[in-house]
Amino acid sequence: MTVWGRRAAIAIGALGVIYGLGFAAEATLIEYVQRIVLLAGINVILAVGLNLINGTTGQFSIGHAGFMAVGAYAAAFFGVKIAPLVHSVLGEGALANGVIFNLALVVGGVFAALAGLLVGAPSLRLKGDYLAVVTLGFGEIIRILFNNATFLGAATGYFGDDPTGLPAYTTFFWVYAWALAVVVAFANLTFSQTGRSLGAIREDEVAAEAMATPTTRLKVLAFTLSAAAAGVAGGLFAHMQAGIRPEDFRFEKSIDMIVMIIIGGLGSISGAVLGGIFVAVTLEVMRDLQEYRLVLYALLLISIMLLRPQGVFGTRELPSLLRRMVKR
Amino acid sequence: MSLLSLERVKKVFGGLSAVRNLDLTIPAGSIFGLIGPNGAGKTTIFNVITGVYKPDAGQIRFDGQEIGGWAPAAVAARGIARTFQNIRLFRTMTVEENVMVAGHHLHRAGVLSAIFRNARHAEDERALRQRSAELLELMNLRELSGELSGSLPYGSQRRLEIARALMLKPKLLLLDEPAAGMNSQEAAELKKQIRRLRDELGVTVVLVEHNMSVVMGVCERIHVVDHGETIAEGPPETVRTDPKVLAAYLGEGASASLVPPS
Repeated sequence: MTVWGRRAAIAIGALGVIYGLGFAAEATLIEYVQRIVLLAGINVILAVGLNLINGTTGQFSIGHAGFMAVGAYAAAFFGVKIAPLVHSVLGEGALANGVIFNLALVVGGVFAALAGLLVGAPSLRLKGDYLAVVTLGFGEIIRILFNNATFLGAATGYFGDDPTGLPAYTTFFWVYAWALAVVVAFANLTFSQTGRSLGAIREDEVAAEAMATPTTRLKVLAFTLSAAAAGVAGGLFAHMQAGIRPEDFRFEKSIDMIVMIIIGGLGSISGAVLGGIFVAVTLEVMRDLQEYRLVLYALLLISIMLLRPQGVFGTRELPSLLRRMVKR
Repeated sequence: MSLLSLERVKKVFGGLSAVRNLDLTIPAGSIFGLIGPNGAGKTTIFNVITGVYKPDAGQIRFDGQEIGGWAPAAVAARGIARTFQNIRLFRTMTVEENVMVAGHHLHRAGVLSAIFRNARHAEDERALRQRSAELLELMNLRELSGELSGSLPYGSQRRLEIARALMLKPKLLLLDEPAAGMNSQEAAELKKQIRRLRDELGVTVVLVEHNMSVVMGVCERIHVVDHGETIAEGPPETVRTDPKVLAAYLGEGASASLVPPS
């Protein structure tokens, strides 16, 4: 079998497993737990995406909820508008819904990426922490824009054209299929020359430049890809519920994402996956505490800084850790 | 033939003239020393050449091209590599990765190649690994290639910086105090390695160094600066006993030689 044939087989096998797991989850879990499982998958996409810029490249974005919002609104709006056309061609079945949904997710990712490019291109030319300041502002500006965009429902939120709200396209299968694709793509990128160059920028930008690394271009690339992942996650998030509101994408959401990657270990993809799942679960467990959860988060972060500043994984990855354990 | 020439180059920081009307010519294929007392402007000269600082006046010609004011990455890609006085390795990355980072000329595969792991990506990775293994071998670091660069002893870190710089396939290599922190045995080894770089790889080497036994032992020509100005230029034998050089290093009226001939 050729390399590509083997890869296709692995991909189909993986999708089959995800499909089976999704089937089992929907059959056995109550709806409340299912929702947490979906959120965990979405968080994995968010965390792995954010980790590329914050962890691997070392340029801190603290407004990623803004890109998630752009993706969510773009995907929801596009999905609603394209649906009649797709239905007229493919009918009403699962196939048509799958096509609409995946197109919508791609559109969400592309719009978020464009927003990332717009924000990143000017601010990443500079060395230092300018990105943090700019992204913080961006996150707020985007939220306020959506708050006032009447064609997107303004502060009430966007519910599509149907009285029942946005279609509930988001299933276990699609969430985890996309999560797997994002993890594989970002891992492959991280463990390549591009990824090494991004790491070099994080470690010492002056030295990276002296080694002919096109630092600005690579930083913008990482940031744009990271925004794209947040956009896809936003699209998945949007189709989990009847509608999306600007309030869903507040500053706290950006902080949640940062918590995910710090808990797991900045710069580790395995860590980001773990952190994404962890935050989905703890957010639900702490739901009754309302805003006190921010206090708890702060305490959690402080304890991590004191006890294990590098996070659970440090910059290591699960496969290399397992190999080390086997060797011993 | 000169590989690099600076003409009346000037660099001012506020009221301080770090480099004043400096003329400097580096012959192709030479091992060239740039020395001077602390604060003479040696590192500033390196930073102006490599684009970290833009010169306030003057011309910098490298290999037939004016490069004054270019961005550091462009200068590096054009063929000038450097090491840093205060070691600047990518500390959390392995020795091998440090070297591979500088392999841009070997790397053609784009982001999509990396994501989809196609044949071009595999080819690039193989070429990068092979070249970095050769350079690590040359600098006696082969056994350490899997170690984190930040955990290496000082002398090895300095040699790793040289290996990394060589990965750029430079025509000109600027070494900023490569022997700093090395013991005499390591320094002697370094001298041999610098000669090998020139003889085997054909790289022109310029070194800023305070260890006079290294400078006098390996350099064919030496340029002495003080307060951003040239005070002497010539082969080691004449520079060593030049009264102006001795005055700059040891004070007026000193009569000695910078290193007793060994």
